[in-house]
Amino acid sequence: MLVCEDLHKDYIVGNETVRALDGVSVRVERGEFLSVMGPSGSGKSTFMNMVGCLDTPTRGRIVVDGETVSELSRDALAEVRNRKIGFVFQQFHLLGRTSALDNVELPLLYAGVPRPERVVRAEQALERVGLRDRMGHVPAQLSGGQQQRVAIARALVNRPVVLLADEPTGALDSATGVEIMELFQELNEGGITVLVVTHEPEVAGYARRVLRFRDGRVIADERQPARMTA
Amino acid sequence: MPIVELLRVALEALRVNLMRSILTMLGIIIGVAAVIAMVTVGAGAQAEIDRQISSLGSNLFMVMSGARSRGGVRTASGTEMRLTEADARALKAEIPEIVAAAPTMRGAAQVVVGNTNWSTTIQGIDNEYLVARGWQIDEGRDLEPQEIRSGSKVALLGSRVATELFGAGNAIGQTVRIKNVPFVVVGTLVEKGQSSMGFDQDDIAMIPLEAARGRVLGRAGPRSDTVSVIFVSVAEGWMMDDVERQIAEVLRQRYRVRPGADDPFGIRNMSEIVETRAEARQVFNMLLTAVASVSLVVGGIGIMNIMLVSVTERTREIGLRMAVGAKGRDILLQFLVEAVTLCLIGGVLGILIALVITFGIARIAEWPVLLQWPVVVLALGFSGAIGIFFGFYPARKAAAKDPIEALRTE
Repeated sequence: MLVCEDLHKDYIVGNETVRALDGVSVRVERGEFLSVMGPSGSGKSTFMNMVGCLDTPTRGRIVVDGETVSELSRDALAEVRNRKIGFVFQQFHLLGRTSALDNVELPLLYAGVPRPERVVRAEQALERVGLRDRMGHVPAQLSGGQQQRVAIARALVNRPVVLLADEPTGALDSATGVEIMELFQELNEGGITVLVVTHEPEVAGYARRVLRFRDGRVIADERQPARMTA
Repeated sequence: MPIVELLRVALEALRVNLMRSILTMLGIIIGVAAVIAMVTVGAGAQAEIDRQISSLGSNLFMVMSGARSRGGVRTASGTEMRLTEADARALKAEIPEIVAAAPTMRGAAQVVVGNTNWSTTIQGIDNEYLVARGWQIDEGRDLEPQEIRSGSKVALLGSRVATELFGAGNAIGQTVRIKNVPFVVVGTLVEKGQSSMGFDQDDIAMIPLEAARGRVLGRAGPRSDTVSVIFVSVAEGWMMDDVERQIAEVLRQRYRVRPGADDPFGIRNMSEIVETRAEARQVFNMLLTAVASVSLVVGGIGIMNIMLVSVTERTREIGLRMAVGAKGRDILLQFLVEAVTLCLIGGVLGILIALVITFGIARIAEWPVLLQWPVVVLALGFSGAIGIFFGFYPARKAAAKDPIEALRTE
């Protein structure tokens, strides 16, 4: 479902070449719950951006849902992001002064879905994250956890093949963080592939599989049979 | 993204920073208002000039004695001549395009009725004059040919003189004294209004040439039929330059002017004079319009400035939109639509203000209001074009952002 072959990413900073990724090969199957761990500068964010089609590798190949995305143009990448990837960010990145429903509709807008269908699908996504009665609220009227739920609904609304979450609990208190992780587990059990980038071991503990990064390489790829449940 | 959604997003963005949006629009508002007001007021002034030309009598020449002086004194001795009534008759007889050739004399005198009096222009005329200048009789009648010939003491009064001397009362049949000579008023003239030079054309009294030569104005020159100016009107549709050449030819022959010598007379095309003034006015108008256009451009730069600020402020929003699938084109369009919307709203407000200004000026100056819809549409289109032109750079900058960098922006 998600194949990375020998990914390299070099950044040129001044005269020096920084190897953000230095030969990463990973296979992720449909329905997995994967967490990506590592200290800052280990390359986990770069890896995440590649998988999320926000960035292209200097060398190597990425296949998302049967589509080779490592050599696509900017616009083609945008389309793949729109159809196949759902993003959840640490800072939520909701549009202020815009209702939860309109926020969730956003990906559908760029997909060219007609308005009546947009509304129905956005409502369904919000119901799925437990915000049935908060659809008309703007972000300022929602708690942090609720805002992150809106963001998750937005990530789900286009029925992506993979949900990518970058430090999804980083801006939340621990109790709310647990609720969000519980929601991810629930969604995963419903069949959605989930990738969570985190540096918190507790968060990584909810995943079935942990990928550890260091200096641009994967240093450990562990299955966790006894994962935490919320 | 459908245009309706783009518009909704744009309006929302403008509403969020309402004060800033209004201030940004101000340049466009002022620019559009100024351009439309200028063009409309200019068109009103042009209509006024056209009216003046037609009041002057169309296709009119003024033939005068004396060398035409161009930048210097030119009175070669021995070439001095005086036009006569015979010249006028000759012109009309020899040039078929001429409708009327009216010899005239002119002077100022006091016109007295009882204990009221009025200082006015006295014009000595013959039967051609009213035709040549396009005057119309209001009440009474024109001077009879017999009265012209014998120099009868009869007069036509311009509406101003008639009002000053007789008020609302009837002037026909009354006696006025001009330089102590009694004249009977036989007719009054239809109002003509101001001339292009700002003179009141209705402030005039007309009497037969022969009568004017007597005790009123005195003889104009050595011969008994000397006149000062001959007004020549040409039938509609003839080339004025051609007729002017013919007039000069006839007069040169009559006065035996050697080939190559300067004309001892001057021919002026009256509508040309007005048109020259109109041209000057047009240049002035174009200048003002240019200044107004500059204000539009400055307004456009203001739009660009604010759009750049807006793009920077909303970098994270741009990053997010890209992350959920917005293509470069979507982002470009979003900011372009925002800039154009800003400009168009400014344009509409500018047009409303221009309407107020135009009607205000037209009311004060008593000009006809000639609101030119093409100009309104053009101004609106132009402000839209400014939105596209000045919005493009910021929009392209937004579209070129890297989504990862944009999302990371604090």
